[in-house]
Amino acid sequence: MKFLEKLLAVDRRIIFLFIAIAVALPLFFVVKLHIEVTPVVRNLHNALEALPPGSKVLVSLDYDPGSMPELQPMAESFFRYCFNRDLKVIIMGLWPNGPIQANVALEVVLKEPEIMKKNLKYGIDYVNLGYTAGNEVVIERMGSDIPVTFPKDYSGNKTEDLPLMKGVMNFNNIDFVYNLSAGYPGTVEWVLFAVDPYKVKLGAGNTAVQAPQIYPYLNSGQLVGLLGGMKGGAEFEIATGYPAKAVRYMFSQSVAHAVICLFILLGNFAYFATRKKKGS
Amino acid sequence: MVRFSFIFLFILLLFSSAIGQEATLPPAPSTDVMAKDTPNDAGGSITISWKKSPDDIGTVREENKVKGYEILRSTEGKGEYEVLGKTTAGSEIYFDTHAHNGVPYYYKVRALGIQSFSESLPSAPAKAKAQWIDWRRKYTFLLALIVALSIVYFINQAKSGKQLFIRKIAGLEAVEDAVGRATEMGRKIFYIPGISDMDSMQTIAGVTILGQVAKKTAEYEAKLEVPTSRSLVMVSCRETIKEAYSNAGRPDLYNEDMVYYLTDDQFGYTAAVDGLFVREKPAAVFLQGQFYAESLILAETGNYVGAIQIAGTAQPAQLPFFVAACDYTLIGEELFAASAYLSRDPKLLGSLKGQDVGKFIFLFFIIVGSLFLTFGIYDLSFLFR
Amino acid sequence: MRREIPLAITAIVGFALIIVYFIPHPPFNASKDFFEDLFFIIAAFAIWLGCLNLLKVNADKVYLKKKGWPFSIVVWFGFFLMVIVGFWEGRGFMNPGTTFYYLYDKLYYPLNATMFSILAFFVASASYRAFRARNKEATILLIAALFVMLGRVPFGYYLSSWLPEGWRLGNITDWIMDFPQTAAQRAIMIGIALGIVSSSLRVLLGLERTFASGE
Repeated sequence: MKFLEKLLAVDRRIIFLFIAIAVALPLFFVVKLHIEVTPVVRNLHNALEALPPGSKVLVSLDYDPGSMPELQPMAESFFRYCFNRDLKVIIMGLWPNGPIQANVALEVVLKEPEIMKKNLKYGIDYVNLGYTAGNEVVIERMGSDIPVTFPKDYSGNKTEDLPLMKGVMNFNNIDFVYNLSAGYPGTVEWVLFAVDPYKVKLGAGNTAVQAPQIYPYLNSGQLVGLLGGMKGGAEFEIATGYPAKAVRYMFSQSVAHAVICLFILLGNFAYFATRKKKGS
Repeated sequence: MVRFSFIFLFILLLFSSAIGQEATLPPAPSTDVMAKDTPNDAGGSITISWKKSPDDIGTVREENKVKGYEILRSTEGKGEYEVLGKTTAGSEIYFDTHAHNGVPYYYKVRALGIQSFSESLPSAPAKAKAQWIDWRRKYTFLLALIVALSIVYFINQAKSGKQLFIRKIAGLEAVEDAVGRATEMGRKIFYIPGISDMDSMQTIAGVTILGQVAKKTAEYEAKLEVPTSRSLVMVSCRETIKEAYSNAGRPDLYNEDMVYYLTDDQFGYTAAVDGLFVREKPAAVFLQGQFYAESLILAETGNYVGAIQIAGTAQPAQLPFFVAACDYTLIGEELFAASAYLSRDPKLLGSLKGQDVGKFIFLFFIIVGSLFLTFGIYDLSFLFR
Repeated sequence: MRREIPLAITAIVGFALIIVYFIPHPPFNASKDFFEDLFFIIAAFAIWLGCLNLLKVNADKVYLKKKGWPFSIVVWFGFFLMVIVGFWEGRGFMNPGTTFYYLYDKLYYPLNATMFSILAFFVASASYRAFRARNKEATILLIAALFVMLGRVPFGYYLSSWLPEGWRLGNITDWIMDFPQTAAQRAIMIGIALGIVSSSLRVLLGLERTFASGE
């Protein structure tokens, strides 16, 4: 009885210890797990597959380092996919850290042997327009004039001088928008201010906490597909044929989820057992 | 033998030139090119639509003869045309957003093949012009008008003395208990107005509730502390508390240092507030406003130090965390209703009743629309596009 | 006047922006652009206001030797370190290879990620405490939570792959996310939207004045 009561009010540091082991230990092992690609991710992949080589894809990275574990693998796998398919990438951010996160991802992807063979050039195959303050107002402005909203790229080059940006005036000249979001401003603002007024084709990647909020936009057709959390990132890597970080981290996430479930069941067992004893 | 090889070579040459000619043959041109002013805008835009080339299979594939379309524009029907833009194969619409109002424009659509192209006949002239009303938003306007008028109607009803029923909100009923608890224990009350700036309605709602809570802390002589994440919020909170203490008849208890700015950085702010919770061990914590990922960190730390916690946010993603870790949670619209509920001001209570009219309208359309769609009668969703 | 002027500005600007939403014709669209430009400018200035306030608050702490004043020195040091390095690097200060980027990558990012990582531990402790089958609703919540937690990871497949298609943990999770969860999100969003409409109207009509230092 005393043990069960102690279990009910267990010191949370014991729970923290178990979680620490559950998250950290699996990272040392490479375990291949079966990951099924769900329809929401499959739809996003299909929409991207329909783009011809040379299509312009706008990527908005709206997150900061705190969300890197979930969203950075999505950014890397997306850039890798675009470069492999010869899609032109225009990067921007509604969060100040977004363009920096893009550079971090590009640093990884551009060094891969398959991508290095492509001999990609900044300004021709990809550009980083940087960050502009204003949240959803930035999206609205881009609907009429992208060069005015981003007169210079993050390095200070004039946008109009970049070959990739020639003829890119507004969303009419963008074939697909991909948003990685950890909060506000993010996917919801892209839906409200780009999809609804300008009929932009939008795909998104969100943190697992944020993803449930985005499902209503998926079901209404305002979003072509969604990567929800690390699982969504892993599914996208499987769908594109390049399993990478997200797939590797899924073992750690699986073990952590299992440990939490075990604790919940244990807690309920102790709760019912003590209730029964008190009742009798 | 030699003759046969020459004949064979000749046939091969004929065949390859036929294939080459196939590649150089232009695709069939697109037809029915129409241009008209883009509706519901401030002018400067013309919508060009056309029937795609018969050779266009509609998707971007190797076997598609049509690789894309170029849109050409001229100010004279028979004059020189300039290339305006490009679209992918399968497209049948393009928006010219660089038209001058009142100027007639003619458009042609060029279907692009592998090595050649074909042009359509020019469209009739079209002029861009600005519209006074955005008719796409007519249903939004109607709904907003109905809700706004209902709110005004019920405010007037409340002003005239009519009693309006508002259901009990447990979290708000507990405010007085929480303040009383802090007074008895001699420990502080922390009020966290979220991490957004004053441009967020949730922050405004949080600051408004702070006014009511500050009134109670003044009456009970409890110690109140408000660490903020934005300097504008800090200024607003200071004024709010000063006013509340003044109205409660205890301006002597007000001190500017009750409200202070920490940092704009989300997790820097969270770390600082957590440190305050652990060191000061408050008796009560109010988390009212816009929160993001830091919500659970703050709520769990508050729970750990044994504080009674009343949270409220309109961030759907953070509500589950507050529900799990706090004693009371104001869910979504309850946060906006809190100021009316706590003050019991008839004018504010009337606005809550007006909100309910909007809810009934939505409920009606959800039920009727779902039934219609289920039985395949009619799709009402066009009203909400 | 101190109260009336901010309320008047709030009402005029608020109603003007509502009208602009429905009337695209000039000069209304220009006023929308004008207000948007103002917002950009105010947002940029607010950053300065925040920075100066941060420095002032921490300088006061050091001067008056308030509780925890050594940490205020750390704040000053960190602030000026990043500002000076950023200006010194000049154009492209955010590029990989610069000192600014090094500080961002080795200091800011790990600190930020550490705080965010605390969530993993707190989710576990909060779940352990909160997911108890105390009553019917709590039991439904518990079962849904278990399904989703296991269904969203590959373990769910291994636990339920023997079940027919459509009944596996992954399928049940997808169903929970697509239907009851989405319905609840929509309901909360509708309620929030109406709450914002009502709250905004109270602010515009001057009924809610607390934010403008009124009662």
